[in-house]
Amino acid sequence: MASIAIRDVKKNYAKTQVVHGVDLDFASGEFVVILGPSGCGKSTLLRMIAGLEEISGGTIAIDGTVVNKLEPRQRGCAMVFQNYALYPHMSVAQNIGYSLKVAGVPAGERNQRIQAVARMLELEHLLERKPMALSGGQRQRVAMGRAMIREPKVFLFDEPLSNLDAKLRVQMRSEIRKLHRRLNATSVFVTHDQVEAMTLADRLVVMNGGRVEQVGTPGEIYTRPASRFVATFVGAPAMNILEGTVERDGLSLLGGSRRLATARVGLPVGTKVAMGIRPEAVRLVAPETAGALKATVDLVEELGAGRVIYVDLDGAPFSVMTSEAVHPEPGSTVGLKISPDDMHFFSSETGTRLDVFKASVPEPAL
Amino acid sequence: MEKRVTFASWTIGILFAVPQLLLIFTFFYWPAGQAVYWSLTLQQPWGGGNIWVGLDNFRSILANADYWNSITASLVFAGISTGLAMFIALVLAALTDRQLAGSRLYRVVLIWPYGIAAPALAMAFRFILAPEAGFLAVVNKGWPGFWDPGLDGADAMASIIIAFSWKYVGYNFIFFLAAFQAIPRSLIEAAAMDGSGVIRRFWDIQFPLITPTIFFLLVINITESFQDSFGIVDIMTSGGPANATNLMVYKIYSDGFKGLDYSGAAAQSIILMVLIVLLTIVQFRFIERRVHYR
Amino acid sequence: MVERTPILNFFTHLILFIGFVFCIAPFVVVAIAASHNLKDVNDVPMSLLPGSDFWVNIKTAWTTADLGPKLLNSFIVAAGVAAGKVIISALTAFAIVYFRFPGRIFIFWLIFVTLMLPLEVRIVPTYAVVANVLAPYQAILDATGLSWLIEKVSGVQVSLNLGLLNSYTGLILPLVATATGTFLYRQFFLTVPDELTEAARMDGAGPLRFFIDVLLPLSRNNMAALGTIMFLWAWNQYLWPLLITTDQSHAMAVTELKSLIPNVGGTPEWHIAMAGTLIVMLPPLIVVVFMQRWLVRGLIATEK
Ligand SMILES: Nc1ncnc2c1ncn2[C@@H]1O[C@H](COP(=O)(O)OP(=O)(O)OP(=O)(O)O)[C@@H](O)[C@H]1O
Ligand SMILES: [Mg+2]
Repeated sequence: MASIAIRDVKKNYAKTQVVHGVDLDFASGEFVVILGPSGCGKSTLLRMIAGLEEISGGTIAIDGTVVNKLEPRQRGCAMVFQNYALYPHMSVAQNIGYSLKVAGVPAGERNQRIQAVARMLELEHLLERKPMALSGGQRQRVAMGRAMIREPKVFLFDEPLSNLDAKLRVQMRSEIRKLHRRLNATSVFVTHDQVEAMTLADRLVVMNGGRVEQVGTPGEIYTRPASRFVATFVGAPAMNILEGTVERDGLSLLGGSRRLATARVGLPVGTKVAMGIRPEAVRLVAPETAGALKATVDLVEELGAGRVIYVDLDGAPFSVMTSEAVHPEPGSTVGLKISPDDMHFFSSETGTRLDVFKASVPEPAL
Repeated sequence: MEKRVTFASWTIGILFAVPQLLLIFTFFYWPAGQAVYWSLTLQQPWGGGNIWVGLDNFRSILANADYWNSITASLVFAGISTGLAMFIALVLAALTDRQLAGSRLYRVVLIWPYGIAAPALAMAFRFILAPEAGFLAVVNKGWPGFWDPGLDGADAMASIIIAFSWKYVGYNFIFFLAAFQAIPRSLIEAAAMDGSGVIRRFWDIQFPLITPTIFFLLVINITESFQDSFGIVDIMTSGGPANATNLMVYKIYSDGFKGLDYSGAAAQSIILMVLIVLLTIVQFRFIERRVHYR
Repeated sequence: MVERTPILNFFTHLILFIGFVFCIAPFVVVAIAASHNLKDVNDVPMSLLPGSDFWVNIKTAWTTADLGPKLLNSFIVAAGVAAGKVIISALTAFAIVYFRFPGRIFIFWLIFVTLMLPLEVRIVPTYAVVANVLAPYQAILDATGLSWLIEKVSGVQVSLNLGLLNSYTGLILPLVATATGTFLYRQFFLTVPDELTEAARMDGAGPLRFFIDVLLPLSRNNMAALGTIMFLWAWNQYLWPLLITTDQSHAMAVTELKSLIPNVGGTPEWHIAMAGTLIVMLPPLIVVVFMQRWLVRGLIATEK
């Protein structure tokens, strides 16, 4: 168990900077997920923690000790790789036990520990096999066992589930969660899959373009995204964003073609904003309903439990998720009802969240 | 290509390279440098070191008709045997690649000659091509004097070309077959769907795709014909008759170790090295341009 | 593919069969000639039915050329060259691929150049070096004034001398000093996934451990391939052993063939010559037959 403190960490490859000053603190025993689009630098950050990548600027401390100059083996971290990186010529038992062999642990004790780990991961019957003869899920578990056996202070995972099929991924997800509860080691898990991120994380770090956009619990990130990027990146289907201007008694949207009457938005009149609303927060109503936005249905995507309705708002794409038994025909007109409580506002220029004062006003009956 | 992941402790890294570096310094670079030195000096018969003679050694070699004869013989040998060995191997590999019944057998057997030492196969061919015993003796009986590598330079040259080509057909066959088999099956099938027949497919698809191999083998065969020929010449003809098969490496050997003319032999070595390097460069520059790389 | 090409198929079989015959005919002729007696082997045309003197001829050839110890020498040298190449090339390739030291590119080229110029073309000076392998170092000491310095300081005259003529070391080392295997390993090492190296580092393995525990076991196929071609290559060497073994006790089998060339004058003893040839060509042929997979793989991989 160990805490990790990351201070203004930067990474340059030759001239290009790919991580721009990251500050993060991970508490001991915490399960942190780093989420971000491909190429945003999450692997790079993780590998700097592991010691596989030089740190170009700033410091990383594990348990209060700055580890910038330490080799991977001196940092007490274990890592699970995306493609598992099992040694193809060694059996499962040898793969799991290799780090102990390097550390000079006597064979007897080594075997005991291999057995213990194998039992925990249900790999006992596979110990003599070579990685070639294992299924994807089994390889994944061997990779986990190899990380676990050293009883590391920190577990690092770099998209360890992305090579598995959907069903196995869900299963491994819960196994990783269970293991973490049992071992309680600080874990840093990198992924670009938001469902994985939401379900696993104690705390979520959202990265974009080499910077941290937001840190928080999955709930906080979902309900109060700190930026337009986070808002649209987390949640599926993505949050709808409509550009507009704050008026005295509502919002003028899409260059003035639509008006949304609401009570006070809580922002100075005339502010240019990007208004965000989650598809699942929009209600479908009859087109004539007072205060509703009229829109034309483009496409209906059936999800079984509900459906996503893609509509056209004067050329702007917009989606609605509903679990009600409505099946609008493409081409028909529907009404969209949006509650002020569900709106998010972001600065049109910087994309940062604009915090608004929301009085609990009743829905205006316009 | 470079590795992304490396080890930081590069002093250890250098240690790994030291044995090889010592070896190539001692047995490659030093001798090569020495050859240059000798070629520019002359050893004094009564000892007392070498005296500097500049390019005199080269001048006297290049003024020597025997040497030009040796160069011509080497080029004739290289040209004909390379052409022969490559053409035959290409045909056999293309046909084996058709995978008709029995192709496995050919694949196994056609490689055997490559394993045989040049002097051993030279011995075999010396017997097979002997004018008084063997098989050509039959022809000689009906047509006296038709074949005698011991007396006729052209016959002797033909003998060593046959022996060398026999070995390198096997070698080239390995590479051609591998190249043919590396062509994706789907490409051939696509061409067949386009209505192209076996022979058409060969010229339109397979042949263009193996041109890199042809180019590569050309370089190797010519280089090998300069060196691997030594054993063949030494056993079959000893450079004769009348220097008709006195190839360059053989001449270096006989001048240097039989004639004890180190300076001359060194100068010849330098010329041979330059010639090989030039040939390689020329082949890269002019032939590679016309080669289709995937 | 469904394809009916009966005429083409006929010619394919015909040409391949002719090729096959030309390929094995020399082996067959050698074997048959080795079974005849002096009179039959010189018959024109020689009978293609095997004679009865095979074992007698083999025995004669064996004793005449004293092939027993020479085959052993060949074996020692070939195995030594193969082992040396397999080990030294792996070390060098590891250094070139897995480390970033100053001058790495330069060293790469130093080694690469050796591919172009085979031993045969620089035979004269190499011979001189082997006569005293320490000569280059003596020359360096002399040229830099170090030997003068050492003599002044310690009173010992530096005179390095280590002759390797007529020794296994002298036979083997110059044959090991080329780059063939280095590039085979290099190409292979470049295909080894980076994650494996990182996993090993996370497991606490340093460069040496990684090399021994991970890289070498993964290279087994390449070692077999390289070992096979190098064994054949060294066994078949002729010019080099001819030069540096003046003493019969270190002569190799292939160079002994020369002593079996029939003398001019008298009836040529081709049956004995062919028996000897058969003995000498048999060991590499066995290697080719049994190690064919590795041979093909090694050839194709080393020459890329
Ligand atoms: N060796 C390198 N040299 C130059 N740029 C690099 C190098 N390695 C990575 N990068 C760049 O750094 C950025 C971050 O890479 P990183 O691997 O951390 O992305 P990632 O967030 O893990 O993406 P993914 O989800 O696709 O794995 C990328 O834009 C990548 O192009
Ligand atoms: Mg990544």
